[in-house]
Amino acid sequence: MIQNAWLIPLLPVVAFILIIFMFRPYRLLSALTAVISMFGSLVISIGVLYQTVTDPSISMSSPVEIAVPWLEVPGLTLEMGLLIDPLTGVMLFVVTFIAFLVMVYSMGYMSHDPGYSRFFAYLSLFTFSMLGLVVANNFFQMFVFWELVGLCSYLLIGFWFHKNSASEANKKAFITNRVADFGFLIGILMIFFHFGTFNFIELGVAVQGFANIGLLTIIALLIFVGPMGKSGQFPLHVWLPDAMEGPTPVSALIHAATMVAAGVYLLARSFSIFYAAPESLVVIAYIGGFTAFFAATIAITQNDFKRILAFSTLSQLGYMVMAIGVGSISAAMFHLTTHAFFKALLFLGAGSVIHALHEKQNIWEMGGLSKKMPITTWTFVIGSLALAGVFPLAGFWSKDEILVATKYAAFGGTGLWWLATITAFLTAFYMFRLIFVAFFSPAKPENHPHESPVSMALPLIILGFLSIFAGFIGSPLVENGFSNWIYFGEPHAPIFKWSLAVKSTAVAFAGMTLAWLIYHKQVVSAEAIKNRLKPIYTLLYNKYYIDELYQLFFDKVVYNIGNLFNWGDKNIIDGIADGKAALIKAIGEKVRLIQTGNMQNYAFVIFTAIAIFVLLTTGFGLGGAQ
Amino acid sequence: MIGLDHYMILSALLFCIGLYGALAKSNVIAILIGVELMLNSVNINLIAFTKFLTPAEPIGHIFALFVIIVAAAEVAVGLALVIMISRDRMTSNALELNWLKW
Repeated sequence: MIQNAWLIPLLPVVAFILIIFMFRPYRLLSALTAVISMFGSLVISIGVLYQTVTDPSISMSSPVEIAVPWLEVPGLTLEMGLLIDPLTGVMLFVVTFIAFLVMVYSMGYMSHDPGYSRFFAYLSLFTFSMLGLVVANNFFQMFVFWELVGLCSYLLIGFWFHKNSASEANKKAFITNRVADFGFLIGILMIFFHFGTFNFIELGVAVQGFANIGLLTIIALLIFVGPMGKSGQFPLHVWLPDAMEGPTPVSALIHAATMVAAGVYLLARSFSIFYAAPESLVVIAYIGGFTAFFAATIAITQNDFKRILAFSTLSQLGYMVMAIGVGSISAAMFHLTTHAFFKALLFLGAGSVIHALHEKQNIWEMGGLSKKMPITTWTFVIGSLALAGVFPLAGFWSKDEILVATKYAAFGGTGLWWLATITAFLTAFYMFRLIFVAFFSPAKPENHPHESPVSMALPLIILGFLSIFAGFIGSPLVENGFSNWIYFGEPHAPIFKWSLAVKSTAVAFAGMTLAWLIYHKQVVSAEAIKNRLKPIYTLLYNKYYIDELYQLFFDKVVYNIGNLFNWGDKNIIDGIADGKAALIKAIGEKVRLIQTGNMQNYAFVIFTAIAIFVLLTTGFGLGGAQ
Repeated sequence: MIGLDHYMILSALLFCIGLYGALAKSNVIAILIGVELMLNSVNINLIAFTKFLTPAEPIGHIFALFVIIVAAAEVAVGLALVIMISRDRMTSNALELNWLKW
């Protein structure tokens, strides 16, 4: 099956080409093309995953690599290749599986949309890009697909391009990503300059002997700038909440489960570079921990259904990056997998609600959904419990492994552990605030919710199952679990401490209870708390004014620098070019006057020339032949 | 005694005077006179060469004869042109004949 792994990215791009060039007028055909190609990729991915897990000859230290040289010039060889190991296998499965479910879901969700075929085309293009990124065996190929994924994000966020907010959002996403990719590209180029190769396996060997740790730290941090943009770490997180302008299936696929996870995947894939520069890991861990906390504090004040989920995603991505920073790529990838399942579930549930209430997104305008939409409600609750990390759901095992990893971090992670635990409390709080307000509060008379069709409900149920049971694969209850396949250094059983597990579950329950008290039982009025803590509330509600700060920076600094360069371009560069022409014109105007039309002047010139020639050739001491 | 140098200097002087006349005079007849003067100065030069350098063979004399013939023909043609132009443009001022330009 691994031999056919090249088909996995190929099927979606073929679907994209077919839809764009041929099937666009035929809605059902386009949708089926996309879904069937995705199913094909899914089947092959399952085969690949199975093979990587069960075949003892394939492991993190002995991956399968298939590569072809793409561009060869003296001193530089670029190759296109596949690197298959358990890490790839898991990512392939996650991406194709969630993409498949999202496509099935979209058949119902987007059924009223005029851009139906275009949507499936873009989804196929996105999965192609993501899968190409996942199987990449060298930095260059990964960067190509990294940019492609960013492009697809742009296309999908701005899917309803006639909406001003959507076109603003997709520009913001793309530009923020581009800024991050600038740092990323410099890092990649520095790697090539110092190591001579882009290939991950070769680099894994080459960095171990590298003497200049300071330089390696700089390179590592530059590489990290890429995931900062793609996976929404502070301060490049600003695009993700705005990305909710896109259709909800897009949010589920891209901005919850897969694209934002590409940054974490990159960190795991190139972990050897970071491991050789331990200072960079400290930075990464603290940025991740801070992002997790930061996003959670904003989430507790938001009123838009999808915004809350977006900040939740930012927070969980912070967890994953923090896990990488404390050295455990097993924990990070495990959390990535479980998060993909329950976050996709939550987003698809959100879509179900939004669809039922005719595009309403403010949670305070919702209510009473639990009676009319039972499947959505209860799968959403399951997803939230998983997100909050309640035993024994999926999120519990993965979040717990991260918490343990922070406790045992090489550089003293107690501060991070506190950040992570407080964030877990906030996570439970804001998710259940959302649930109690949107689902269990009294119904509003103007809403007429109805349960979603099968195409939308079935993925919810499937993901609900996975949110409950998928965690066991990484738990200590299973022999040869997740961390035995995906590791850096040595395969290990998951470290599990019951004391920490109890603490984290207790914290989650505390958050849930507080939300229940405030928003359901209304023991304490939310309004009263908001008024008492007005300054803090305003700060959090406005997302710490980071967007305004960036806008100010843009208006004052970037715009003026741009004007400066514009002036330079117009006056200096164009001045030189135009000046040359003007100079020649001026000279010409003067030289023209030699032609007076008066033949005596012409004769004079001729005689002068003759005289000069004669003097030069025959004059005394002037080089003449005497 | 009067040597070759004296004749050559005389010839050069006449040539320059003729050149001045050809280039600086505004009357077309005066220009033609200047040209004639240049040609004749060359004749003097040639005759002087024969007398001092090759007295046995009259090479210069024959050369000068040819120059005289050419000068005569050229004057004939030149005067014809001058007459035609002055009839056409009603002027004999060379400075006004300035259409050979941009």
